[in-house]
Amino acid sequence: MKNFFRLICIFLLLLSFTSIGFSETRLKMSTTTSTEDSGLLKVLLPPFEKANNVRVDVISVGTGKALKLGENGDVDVVLVHSRPAEDKFIADGYGVDRCDVMYNDYIILGPKNDPAKIKETKSAVDALKKIAETKSLFVSRGDDSGTDKKEKAIWKATGIVPQIPWYIEAGQGMGTVLQMANEKNAYTIADRGTFIPFENKIGLIILVEGDKTLFNPYGVIAVNPKKHPGVQYELAKKFVEFVTGPEGQKIIADYKLDGKQLFFPDAKK
Amino acid sequence: MQFLIESFYKAILLVFHLDPEVYQIVWTSIYISFWSTILSASIGIPLGALLALKTFRGKSAVVLLLNTSMALPTVVIGLFCYALLSRMGPLGDFGFLFTPTGMIFGLFILAAPIATNLTVAAIQSLDKRLMLTCKLLGATPVQEFFLIVKEARFAVMAAVVIAFGRVISEVGIAMMLGGNIRGLTRTMTTAIALETSKGEFELGLALGFILMSVAFAINGVIFAIQRGRG
Repeated sequence: MKNFFRLICIFLLLLSFTSIGFSETRLKMSTTTSTEDSGLLKVLLPPFEKANNVRVDVISVGTGKALKLGENGDVDVVLVHSRPAEDKFIADGYGVDRCDVMYNDYIILGPKNDPAKIKETKSAVDALKKIAETKSLFVSRGDDSGTDKKEKAIWKATGIVPQIPWYIEAGQGMGTVLQMANEKNAYTIADRGTFIPFENKIGLIILVEGDKTLFNPYGVIAVNPKKHPGVQYELAKKFVEFVTGPEGQKIIADYKLDGKQLFFPDAKK
Repeated sequence: MQFLIESFYKAILLVFHLDPEVYQIVWTSIYISFWSTILSASIGIPLGALLALKTFRGKSAVVLLLNTSMALPTVVIGLFCYALLSRMGPLGDFGFLFTPTGMIFGLFILAAPIATNLTVAAIQSLDKRLMLTCKLLGATPVQEFFLIVKEARFAVMAAVVIAFGRVISEVGIAMMLGGNIRGLTRTMTTAIALETSKGEFELGLALGFILMSVAFAINGVIFAIQRGRG
């Protein structure tokens, strides 16, 4: 029995060493849950990794936290979607070389019977006004993510301060919020990329779409090496060039989920 | 019921399909749990013995602090370690954040108080005449330590098993310090959290079944060793 125990220990030790492989260069990128959960990064990253012999470590969190990680210098590059927060990030000197990458759009979802009758409205602002007037349940991300910031901005435009109890702040990711809204037969705002995989699983339907205010642009920003000398700026710059270059843009345009295009490339050359 | 059966079926499929990503995730979990448990045991057991056997000024304060740290939510430990390991923090230059090493560090801080406290309890429940006998026979402190830990080996082993169980089932620290990076720091628990947030409940539950089987297997091995030696 003693020998058996020793054998296991030695076996585990040996196995442990095999997985310590830090020899290759790693680029750390914080990004929003939408890019990771939609599966886009699975096809976008490998060509870049191959060409530069590098591994991209993806930390997918809300936009607020993604930028915070950049501020602290814990990642080399960020890929997020909240233009005002991005501009502040750059103005504060944490980021450089911001580029447009792609866009998709937000949609307002709700139960099929649509108690607030927002399907008749054409603008997001009017839709939220109607939800507030009828005091229909609305689930908010409430997590300072890009989607959350967008939703708050639209509420601000309506001039209404949403009230508890019909306004629910979940403090969770998009997927969880979609499930909550579904269980509670509530309205919510989601990015289209996250909603498509859920479409067949939940009973919520798209009620408002196509409004200009619901436009959702993504930007890529390198973390400023002057603030954080430890970051891999050269590599981050290469990554920015790749995703905004012809190869990266083509991969984004070609990426489809359930036959639907999720992101539309819009890098300016 | 349908849902549970489907998840169970999916778990079996996942295991036998030899999906390399699932194996990688299971392996990362075992790897970081193994090392953080070993580390916390190698610090916690001697420290526990010291606390149980010696009397010194401020001992009760140390015990109180250790007991309190067992009540800390893992997210708080994760945040605390993030502040240490972030580039803005004092240990930032090592670049441990978002690596398995960083996770092992955080999980060690979670598990060390558990190993220490349970060792204290294990040794305090021993027959007091054992310590007296050791002293009478002129044992050096090191000899005394090994004799006493040997005498309390079942309870000490249980301490290690509990620490391991805590570490492998933990999600807050793994998420905060590991960042749930695919192919590097994604563990079974963070993968379950991710799949759940994506609405892939079956896959999440399937991973839960795998986690349970891994914990069962490891505990089985330890159980067999105890019986074999006891």
